[in-house]
This record gives sequence, structure tokens and C-alpha cells, in this order.
Amino acid sequence: MSGILRLDGLRKSFGSNEVLRGIDLTVQQGERIAILGASGSGKSTLLRCINFMEVPSAGTVTVAGTPVGEEARGGRCYRPAELARLRTRIGMIFQQFNLFPHMTALQNVAEGPLSVLGVGRAEAEARARQHLAKVGLAEKAEAYPARLSGGQQQRVAIARALAMEPEMLLFDEPTSALDPELVGEVLETILGLSREGRTMLLVTHELGFAFHFATRVIFLHEGMIHEEGTPEQVLKHPRQDRTRAFIGRHSTFAF
Amino acid sequence: MEYEFAFGEILRDWDLLARGIRLTAALWVIAFVTALAAGLFLGIARMSPRRALNWPATAYIEIFRNTPVLVQLVWFYYAFPVLTGVQVSPFVAASLGLCLNTSAYCAEIYRAGLQSIVAGQWEAGRALGMSEATLMRRIILPQALRRMLPAFTNRAVELAKMTSIASVITVHELMHEARTMATQSFLPLETFTVVAAIYFILIYPGTLGALLLERRLATRGGAA
Repeated sequence: MSGILRLDGLRKSFGSNEVLRGIDLTVQQGERIAILGASGSGKSTLLRCINFMEVPSAGTVTVAGTPVGEEARGGRCYRPAELARLRTRIGMIFQQFNLFPHMTALQNVAEGPLSVLGVGRAEAEARARQHLAKVGLAEKAEAYPARLSGGQQQRVAIARALAMEPEMLLFDEPTSALDPELVGEVLETILGLSREGRTMLLVTHELGFAFHFATRVIFLHEGMIHEEGTPEQVLKHPRQDRTRAFIGRHSTFAF
Repeated sequence: MEYEFAFGEILRDWDLLARGIRLTAALWVIAFVTALAAGLFLGIARMSPRRALNWPATAYIEIFRNTPVLVQLVWFYYAFPVLTGVQVSPFVAASLGLCLNTSAYCAEIYRAGLQSIVAGQWEAGRALGMSEATLMRRIILPQALRRMLPAFTNRAVELAKMTSIASVITVHELMHEARTMATQSFLPLETFTVVAAIYFILIYPGTLGALLLERRLATRGGAA
């Protein structure tokens, strides 16, 4: 099985700092993968290489059997139009939500279908209303982002990604910028999506959530996959010392 | 002081002044509209990581910002024809000079405005699969233009005043007409006072508009 997404020997450097040092990963349709690791372990960079928010320094990304970019002059070369088309198939949810502040919630969600997919306005807005309803914000359609709580903004951002009807979703620490009492509503929304059998990759610090959400957990250390397995294996019975230490640090105050 | 004011005599030549005002306004509008358009492309080129775009744009902007407008206009009227063999009318030379000069300043306003939009907005647009042009048109410019508005209004006011320099290359705009009238009537005091008043009446609404705009944007705090 080639999977819906395959990474081969993925590397990324920023100047002399090598953040990813050869990642191999195959993701099957419907898998939910939680990516864990200390800050600086490269987990966000890994996620951002999948939709080319960062262009990998080496290695290949293969989506639904087709390698992205073409071999040229000892590296890979990516055409902007190809990357734009790829991104319409991969939804991304950011830590800071990044809603468009000059648009209402409805306009935010309708914008992608409208200006990228070329869907008509009536159709795009009807679909946007459905997606807003799905994240429980039907009544906030006309509100501007500044009038929404962080949790609501993040749910609108999820609806915005869903409106493109993507083949997979990438979550980059979706609850890290939220007040603790707002984390729950966003996690509930994400769990709701997992019941639809969507393919999702999630970078998070919420180990408890990763346990309930994921079908597979990946622990990154120094830009490499240090340990991976089911949530049960990795979070409850880690084999590697570093994984154990990381999980220990994150549950210091568990009660 | 024993001076007898003769404003009546100046205002009797209203036709001449009116023609001057028309040309001043035409210069101002033509130069500003074209500079707004050219400045956008220059500003984007200046931000480009590609050296072939960025370097010429930077050179252009710095040359026009760091030489006097007077020299630029005179150069376009007297030197440009020698270089190219194309003789341009004073009005065209003045429009061209003022447009090029103002476009350099506009480019910097665009650049500062575009760069003030946080990285997350560019990323959110790209992540949806937007092309750079769509991203600019739908996401970045609508937000940035709001922040640029006060700076552009100031630029428009500056340009309105700069049009008076065109008199040097014999464009029959307001200042040029004033000089003609002053020498013919021997009434420089009245003539230039009237002309100053006309400039003030033409330009002050712009300054006022800029001030109001700035206040309104400040109280809104940039939200929505």
C-alpha cells in the first residue's frame, strides 16, 4: 500500500540548523496521527513540509501516489501552480487561527471555494453555512473574527479548511494559543471529525487528547522519528528512554 | 505703509487664473493616479526575493527620492529629448516627472503597508491554495490599503504642492500664470497672495481629510 501520503528521506535545514534529518513516513487513508516531541524537535516543520509552507531541503513528498515536484539539477523543483493545486487538497489549521480579519466568519469559510475553486457565490455561502453549523457556529456567521473568542475563531478556521473538502487535514498545535477553558470545545470539534474517518495529522502538546484522538503516535527527537506506535504503546508503554522522559515531564502535575 | 491694495485688478484676470487651476488639477490627477498604479508594481518588485526585480526597483526608488523634483522635471524636459530624440510637450514632461517621483514614494508606502500584514495572513491564504495574485487581491491589499490610506493622502497633498514646480518648464499651470500676471500688472503682492490662497483652498480639504482619516482609523484600533 502506497498510502495517501508518503514522505521519503525528508530533510529541512534553516541555514546551518538541520531541523529534519530524514523522515520516512507512510500515512494510510483514514489514519489519525499525533506528532509529539519537545519544542525544537521539528514537529511543526514536519507538518509544514507536507503542504509546502516550508519547502523541504531534500527528500520527497508523495500525495495519493504522485510525487510532488520534479527532479532538477540535483534537487527537487516545485512550480508555484503545482503547490497551489496541492494545497487545495490539504487543509491546514494554525496555532494562531489566522482568520481573515476583514471578513465575517461566513466570508472566511466561503473564501477558498469562491476565489480558489471558482464555486459560485450562492453555492459557496450555502456550503459555508453548513460547515459553520458543523463546528457549532451557525449563529455566528455574520460575526467578524475580532468579536469571537479564541475557541470560536479556531472552530471557524476548521470550517474554513473543511470547506475546501480536502483529502487530509493538518493541525499545527491547534489549542496552544487558547485559554485553558476554551481548549475543550476545539478538541471536541476535532474528535467529531475523526468519527467521519478523515485523514488527519496533528501536532500537539495535549498528550491526553493525543491518546483519545490518534490511531498512531509519532515521537520526534532531533528531527528524526524516535518512536512510533499505537497511542497505548507509545504513551503508556514507551520503549525509548527519551520518550519516557518526555511523557514524564508532561505529566508532572497529573492528578 | 503707504501701499494701496489692488486685488480687484488681479481678479479681473480670472480667466487666466482659471486656466492655471485647470492645468494644476489635471497635472495633479494624472500624476497621482498613474503613480498609485506604478507604485504598487514597484513596491512589490522591491519586496521580491528575486534580484532581477528587486535591484532595479530599489535603484529607481532611491534615485527619485534622493534627487530634487526640480532637477527631475528639468531633466525630462531638456535632457530626455537629447537622449531619445523624442521632444515632449512641457505638460507631458511635467506629468511624467511628477508621476515617476511620486511613484517612488508610493512604492515605499505600499511596501511598508504590505509588510505590516502579519505572516499568518499570507500563510492562511497560501494554505487555501491561493495564487500570489489572488492572495494579494483578496487578503493582503484589502487589509493593507486601510493602513496606507493616511500616508497616501499625505502624498497627494505633497504632490498638489509640487505641481507648482512645473511652471519652471513653462507648463501654464497656476504658478506660471501667476508669474505672468505679476510681471504684466506690476502687482506681485496681490497676485501671489491670491495664488497662495487658491492653493490653500485647493489643498486644505485634503490635509483635513488625512487628519480625519487618521483619527478614525486610530479609534477603530485596526479591528475588522
